[in-house]
Amino acid sequence: MKGLLALEDGRLFPGVGFGAQGVQTGEVVFNTSMTGYQEILTDPSYHRQIVTMTVTHVGNTGVNREDIESRRVWVAGFVVRALSPIVSNWREQGDLDSYLKAYGVIGLTEVATRVLVRHIRSRGVMRAAIAHGPAAEDPAALIELARSTPSMAGANLVDEVTCSEPYNWTEGGSSQWYRYRRCKEPDTSSPLVVAYDFGIKHNILRMLVDRGLRVTVVPARTPPQEVLAMRPAGVFLSNGPGDPAAVTYAIDNVRYLLGKVPIFGICLGHQILALALGGRTEKMRFGHRGGNQPVKNLLTGVVEISSHNHGFVVSPDSDLGGAEVTHINLNDNTIEGIRHPELGAFSVQFHPEASPGPHDSLYLFDEFVKLVQSRQ
Amino acid sequence: MPKRTDLHTIMVLGSGPIVIGQGCEFDYSGTQACKVLRAQGYRVVLVNSNPATIMTDPEFADATYVEPLTPELCEQIIEIERPDAILPTVGGQTGLNLAIALQRRGVLERYGIELIGASSTSIELAEDRRLFKQAMDEIGLRSPQSEVVSTVEDALRVAEQLGYPVLVRPSFTLGGSGGGVAYDPAELRQIVERGLKQSPVGQVLIDMSLLGWKEFELEVMRDARGNFVVVCSIENMDPMGVHTGDSITVAPVQTLTDKEMQRLRDMARAVLDRVGLATGGANVQFAINPDDGLVYVIEMNPRVSRSSALASKATGFPIAKIAALLAVGFTLDEIPNDITRVTPASFEPSLDYVVVKIPRWDFRKFVGVEDVLGPQMKAVGEVMAIGRTFPEALQKAVRSLDIGISGFGVGNYPSVSPETLRVPTAQRLFYTAAALLQGASPEEIAATTRFDPWFVRQAADIIQFQKNICEQKPRLEDLSADTWRQLKRYGFSDAHLASLLGVSETAVRARRKALGVTPVYYRVDTCAAEFEAYTPYLYSTYEVDDEAQPTNRPKVLILGGGPNRIGQGIEFDYCCVHACFALREMGYETIMVNCNPETVSTDYDTADRLYFEPLTAEDVLNIIDKEKPDGVLVQFGGQTPLNIARALQDAGAPIWGTSVDTIDLAEDRERFNALIRSLDIPQPEGGTALSRQEALEVANRIGYPVLVRPSYVLGGRGMALVFDDETLGGWLDKHIVWDEHPVLIDRFLDDAFEVDVDALCDGQHVTIGGIMQHIEEAGIHSGDSACVLPPYKISMYHIEIIREYTHRIGKALQVKGLFNVQYAIKDEIVYVLEVNPRASRTVPFVSKATGYPLARYAAQIAAGKTLAEIGFLTEPRVDGFFVKEAVLPFQKFPGVDARLGPEMRSTGEVMGHASRFGHAFAKAQMAANVPLPTEGTVLISVNQYDKGAVIKIARDFHQLGFKIVATAGTAQWLQAAGLPVTVINKVSQGSPHILDAIRAGQIDLIINTPRGGQAHYDGSLIRGAAHMMGIPIVTTLSAAAATVQGIRALREQPLRVRSLQMHYVAAKAANPLAG
Repeated sequence: MKGLLALEDGRLFPGVGFGAQGVQTGEVVFNTSMTGYQEILTDPSYHRQIVTMTVTHVGNTGVNREDIESRRVWVAGFVVRALSPIVSNWREQGDLDSYLKAYGVIGLTEVATRVLVRHIRSRGVMRAAIAHGPAAEDPAALIELARSTPSMAGANLVDEVTCSEPYNWTEGGSSQWYRYRRCKEPDTSSPLVVAYDFGIKHNILRMLVDRGLRVTVVPARTPPQEVLAMRPAGVFLSNGPGDPAAVTYAIDNVRYLLGKVPIFGICLGHQILALALGGRTEKMRFGHRGGNQPVKNLLTGVVEISSHNHGFVVSPDSDLGGAEVTHINLNDNTIEGIRHPELGAFSVQFHPEASPGPHDSLYLFDEFVKLVQSRQ
Repeated sequence: MPKRTDLHTIMVLGSGPIVIGQGCEFDYSGTQACKVLRAQGYRVVLVNSNPATIMTDPEFADATYVEPLTPELCEQIIEIERPDAILPTVGGQTGLNLAIALQRRGVLERYGIELIGASSTSIELAEDRRLFKQAMDEIGLRSPQSEVVSTVEDALRVAEQLGYPVLVRPSFTLGGSGGGVAYDPAELRQIVERGLKQSPVGQVLIDMSLLGWKEFELEVMRDARGNFVVVCSIENMDPMGVHTGDSITVAPVQTLTDKEMQRLRDMARAVLDRVGLATGGANVQFAINPDDGLVYVIEMNPRVSRSSALASKATGFPIAKIAALLAVGFTLDEIPNDITRVTPASFEPSLDYVVVKIPRWDFRKFVGVEDVLGPQMKAVGEVMAIGRTFPEALQKAVRSLDIGISGFGVGNYPSVSPETLRVPTAQRLFYTAAALLQGASPEEIAATTRFDPWFVRQAADIIQFQKNICEQKPRLEDLSADTWRQLKRYGFSDAHLASLLGVSETAVRARRKALGVTPVYYRVDTCAAEFEAYTPYLYSTYEVDDEAQPTNRPKVLILGGGPNRIGQGIEFDYCCVHACFALREMGYETIMVNCNPETVSTDYDTADRLYFEPLTAEDVLNIIDKEKPDGVLVQFGGQTPLNIARALQDAGAPIWGTSVDTIDLAEDRERFNALIRSLDIPQPEGGTALSRQEALEVANRIGYPVLVRPSYVLGGRGMALVFDDETLGGWLDKHIVWDEHPVLIDRFLDDAFEVDVDALCDGQHVTIGGIMQHIEEAGIHSGDSACVLPPYKISMYHIEIIREYTHRIGKALQVKGLFNVQYAIKDEIVYVLEVNPRASRTVPFVSKATGYPLARYAAQIAAGKTLAEIGFLTEPRVDGFFVKEAVLPFQKFPGVDARLGPEMRSTGEVMGHASRFGHAFAKAQMAANVPLPTEGTVLISVNQYDKGAVIKIARDFHQLGFKIVATAGTAQWLQAAGLPVTVINKVSQGSPHILDAIRAGQIDLIINTPRGGQAHYDGSLIRGAAHMMGIPIVTTLSAAAATVQGIRALREQPLRVRSLQMHYVAAKAANPLAG
């Protein structure tokens, strides 16, 4: 059935619908990863975003229960050039079309994705409405709808994705996917990490567990005093959607925790740490989303090919309260990592847990373990 | 790390002649390396025996040695040039092997030379199967269980343990040469015997078979700081069991999830760590069990490879260039990405299109060889196509092959059952289409082919479209613009649709354009449009928003040669690249169209703009519509662009240079004969035939033996020497489908000398570039014959006649550019055999020998310059002798009679030069990997006709101290002449016979002249054994005489080396007026 993507600037991208029918709005972004669409679909950081894949054929390997990064599909819409007519992979447990249907997510295929990407590249990310079914027949209404959608700037979306109750996470990564030596399974004597769930990806939790850490995930609004009462050896600040500056309570909480407990942040967690240290963040024109970004570790001089998904970034000229920049992106020299050794806190803008993406930066989890151990 | 300043002179090792398994991709990589190293200020010394390469053009290195790639001669070069370092990783396995040989001889240590780009330990670890397997075990990676054996008995024992089928792979051979799959002990015995002989270390590997598993390759790079990137992931559509060079491959990988992909990435990195590749590019191959995902590491190549050339073209990431920079100390993050300009090379390209590579085979050239594919590579070339989707790319690749198939489902095949698809063959892709058309289910096909079901389903979708059209039989006017667009998005060509609709291609094109269905061009940008691309490297697709951005500059379109094949190889790419350089110098914007990923012409910085597109009339006309060039050059890319020249001209394209009418005239035997008659130039009696009856009449009128061939072919495809009505009839049945193109029949000139002339004409004046005498007598295809410049056995009188005829022909034909004339001299008469008004195969050889870039001049003439303006009015002279020798692939095709004939079968060429003919000839043989022995035993077995003439040659060998062995008939003649001869049994006479002696290594040189329509059984066995054992074999008496001269020269004086640059200085000094 007919599908349409309508951008707030009036540009229309027709396609063929799949997944759920109806209308949805969001910020349209693109991702250049050539594999990993299921991880992307289930990454809470994509909440309220319509994701366009640049790779042509999507859905080839279907979906399975292992490759999910959270409890559900989060994207507001999914746009591809060519949805696979068939699933072929020994791990597949279903097809993409049914998967999106089950989660009520609209997909569009046969879309001129390269044109869309070049449009976003030159005009910046923008709000859009995606329609599958009768609604696709009314472009004017969809453009209007796109324009009435709240902007991502200033949006606190964390409350919409965080967990409602604390829980313990015990599952590690499957050994078939990783070459590192795993620690023994964490037990009650293992150091406890409390992970703030701003939209956390499962693989972050798996990486923590694999390194012998006991993990408790807590809702985003959990007061820091409660966290400290759990006597954690470290606190983890997760990735998540939306504008970091809008999550003011999290910034305050982190500021409270700084210096009291070792802290490691990823993505939104990194931005919140930077804000808590006194820095600023800003919205990027079209962000970094993909698995091929060159990040230079300024401490070692080595370049890591890393997985990215962010539309905001720590402003280069902001005052980070004494923290140093540890990583930069070589494509545009944006800040990709900071650390504050005295306060025992560090964070990265990119995704060392990968999933999807290369594993070059998994060492950051080891560094967190070292930090935790050194402060115990 | 910035570049190293402790190095000044770097020696680059080339890969030598084009052979199966080592093609012109190494000219691409070597050229890139030379260019970038010189740009960095290093002094570059290049060694490569292949004159047809761009890299051996004198401006690409400070000192260029076109010399045999042997450690002895390399040491001489090192002695002269004193390099600080050697870069061995851009010259294929030949380069690595040579580096190891230099290291073992102590040369590197003696001269204090460092190997850069790869260490000898890593080269050995990657190549030695046993060490590699051990290393993989150590890092916990599975690699196929296997054992190295040196005897057949051990092989049988190991195979018993592993279970049949097993894979046999000889150690240290190119393209898996000598390998095979053995399903039972008898097959195993046969393959192992062959493999043990071909392996330079006498070892083969008996491998656990992973037949049918999925196969993947990662092209990776790393720098001295440990930065690591995957440039490209490639999925082989053909599963394990087919050599990757013979596999249809696809990038990016289509059927792996991210977890599976990242696992391969981690493994590739671990393999590099373990093998110890410090800097550069490498290729790691994996097999994956389609049922459970189990991964095996198959092999790793610590160098740039065929796959890395493909990966470079597929992604826009220039692996060889970057590998060279890494080798001199740069790190990936210090090297900018040329395409985006703002981002560094330390990233992984992201593809928003699909690339399909299909190999091109030439099995028809090797009668008796099954076109079954296995672990030994047999393809002679390949095409790459870029499309937005797999179906589009697949169909573009199919029509790029230039095998007369305009789309995936084209061709009439007998009923194909899925079962027949079980065996991988060169035709399997097309049989798959046929089976789908005939109603086989994708599931059945996936089960028998073991193609991933994903690929089969995509293929089935293409076929479904075709079926719909076949069933609905719409009229051309009935197809809506939407349907058109859909068909085009699935890659259907105008020609294919024309045949489905039963109308002309011109009508299809007109209708399509009237409906506004035209392609857009997207850029290959390395980054899936995340950043702007500044490099106009383009492919077509049927979407919206064109990115071509054509300029308003004066511009010329240059049509490349398409896939390499026997008869049309690197020589034509060389000419296209020169045409580019010449026109760019003249201020034109140059636009290259080609679909061959191995070439220099498809490097994005060779031409100003690159269209990676099929060379069909449709695809080229679409580009012409977009670019509106001032001129189109069709005479540099061989036969492929000429075949579409008429269609381009009819559509209004401005063809520059020699007119299309002249091209037709030269091919049209009637018109050509009339012209030559009017010029009063003798021709061997001949005629054309449009039917079988006519052919027999013509042959009988002329008198047998006659040379027969189809018109409009290159490389003598199908050409043969026939002796009577019966052999002629048999040949016609096998080779000819009667259509509007006639069969050409000419009298065969026995024992004639043949001469090739390359010349330039601007319409007014002719300048000869070079006159070459063939060493083999008439009847051997010019591409397979050794030749020498200048002629060594022709009188000045005949040479003057040849010059005069050449001038007459060039002017009469109004050639505007290059032309090539073939002459034969018999009984004091000079005959014209053939005229080709285009760049010829010998142009690079002549240019290299003389130092005058003929192809460049031809392009300038095409653009309107005269020879006087160019300043090329005098035939150049050379200092000494230049011998070109052909390199033949018989080793790869056991069972084929390894005799030379009128049909070309060589894949490559080498050049030897020296002040004496004998030395030049000896060097050429050495470079062709069949060095002449200076002592030992010569086996002589000649046909009745040659018995008298061979006496003189035998006497020469006797005087040189060779022991002579001969079969009874030949021996009688020699003994009668008073020569000591040992008589040896023919095979039919029982052991110990001639083959036993060859296999036992008792023979050092063989002179064997076949004759007659049917090769003698013994002769064929002898030639086969000689090729397998690498024993030099001479099949004509004229070559035998040259061999004597070569051996004599070698015994009198050792070989010396001289760079081309030094040679040109000497030649100019001797001949100050030339040029």
